[in-house]
Amino acid sequence: MTLNLTTRDQAMQAGEYGPAVKMAMRVLVRMAEVYKAAELMDISAAHIDSTIYIGEAGLEFAERLAELGAQVAVPSTVNVSGLDEFHWQEWAVPEDWARNAYRQMVAYQNMGCIPTWTCAPYQTDMRPQFGQQIAWGESNAIVFANSVIGARTERYPDLLDICCAITGRVPAVGLHLTENRAGDILINLEDVPVTLQNDDSFYPVFGHLIGKIAQDRIPVIDGFKVKPTEDQFKAFGAAAASSGTVALFHIAGITPEAQTIEAAFQGKSPVEIVDITMSDLWDARRDLTTADGQQLDMVVLGSPHFSLAEFKELSPRLQGNHVHPGVQFLVTSSRSMMLLAEKAGYLESLQAFGGRVTVDTCILATPMLPPEIKTLMTNSAKYAYYAPGLLGTEVTFGSLDDCVRSAIAGRIVRDDSLWEL
Amino acid sequence: MGVVIQGVPVVRGRAQGLTLVTNEPISFWGGFDHHTGEITDRRHPLSGQKATGRILVVPFTRGSSTTTAVLLEAIRSGTAPAAIITTSVDSFFALASIVADEMYAKSIPIIALDSSSFSSLQTGMELEIMEDGSIHVRTDIN
Repeated sequence: MTLNLTTRDQAMQAGEYGPAVKMAMRVLVRMAEVYKAAELMDISAAHIDSTIYIGEAGLEFAERLAELGAQVAVPSTVNVSGLDEFHWQEWAVPEDWARNAYRQMVAYQNMGCIPTWTCAPYQTDMRPQFGQQIAWGESNAIVFANSVIGARTERYPDLLDICCAITGRVPAVGLHLTENRAGDILINLEDVPVTLQNDDSFYPVFGHLIGKIAQDRIPVIDGFKVKPTEDQFKAFGAAAASSGTVALFHIAGITPEAQTIEAAFQGKSPVEIVDITMSDLWDARRDLTTADGQQLDMVVLGSPHFSLAEFKELSPRLQGNHVHPGVQFLVTSSRSMMLLAEKAGYLESLQAFGGRVTVDTCILATPMLPPEIKTLMTNSAKYAYYAPGLLGTEVTFGSLDDCVRSAIAGRIVRDDSLWEL
Repeated sequence: MGVVIQGVPVVRGRAQGLTLVTNEPISFWGGFDHHTGEITDRRHPLSGQKATGRILVVPFTRGSSTTTAVLLEAIRSGTAPAAIITTSVDSFFALASIVADEMYAKSIPIIALDSSSFSSLQTGMELEIMEDGSIHVRTDIN
């Protein structure tokens, strides 16, 4: 298929809109050819994941665009950075890392990005609307925007998201188009009791399982007896987008493009039907834990970034208690969410408990943990999934209650009762 | 003359090397260390293997959007695989190689294969990848 560019696209490619637009358009056009797109289309917002500092190349790419005068053409939020510029000196972040990660933040801010610095941009003022065409990076944000909101984004990789934001254009392919948003496989949840469906820790575990089952196919889930909260959807999507390539899911009768199962499949038949059993869920939950003992150095919450509602959930569990002296207790969130939590009084109870907050980044995106932290506990499937490979730590997955109880006890305490057959 | 497999050249280029094959999708963020070239995803069958200079054969990427940024770092610093072969067109790998080409005039071939050709590849085969996406197998296929 040949790519048809508009006169304006061609002018951008030829450099008539300046060298930064030219550079972005060159990459975009080459990628449009990879996607076999027939044309480009407009977007009205972007979320930039390229802000995470990984090394020299990503920084050089950002600074080259910024030096060429790049400006985003649509409102663009930014994902986490490689630095909590307010608290990094309290941790093990090396100075040269801090300097480089900060330079990368400055480059994206100079391009006109809105300094949200969060992996949960759907929980900010910049939340997109149903049907809105957007170019979002960050796997958990992509799946939330597509599935829960019904906005439309392909699964954008780092470096392409900013090229889309600068040109305001994307290849007209994939999840931007209605026909590619139909379900592929049907997941039946009938056998999972409502008591478990009501529990927060069900969502990351179920997401982890769905990512493995669905891989790169669109799952349609039937048999929900409860309506999940925003934060439960967030935990589910982040898990499925870590263990799999899930960029869109439908939940029959609940998510906006799945009023009915038939609507979710756009009249097609599922290519596979999978019944979820308690034994599948037990195995998925076990798979999220790599640690084999009771040793615990840190409890960490907030991947994706903690919301105000999650601070509210946490707060009463901490009151009157204190973290064990051998354990650190950390919540990762964004600068704006931390301010809201502070105004609401939730930060005070966290501090009284002996816990701390890191903002704008997370333990996976900045080298903040000192080497003596070897074992983590978390209620986040995303942390549980990536920490062993990125940090070399062992990890235990548990519910929010398990995490708080373990932090107080100074060793792993878990309640398995909901998960037993 | 050995066997020739025709692939789709997603990003064109030439490369030669020994294959490192897996049927399990991978995320380079949290799964590949661009400082050392090692596969670090402890839940992945290739965990602990060094991918530098190898022809990595993997169905597609899963997980993080940052896979692209990690592969770009690896191409820049010379720790990347010599080429990557996938089952369908994988935009994450393709973009890293395209940006490396634009920034450093350095890219690695990214080739897409149909699933039967993909499943004929096994770890340890010596392959030569040509500009047109053809793959010359220098060792016998059993």
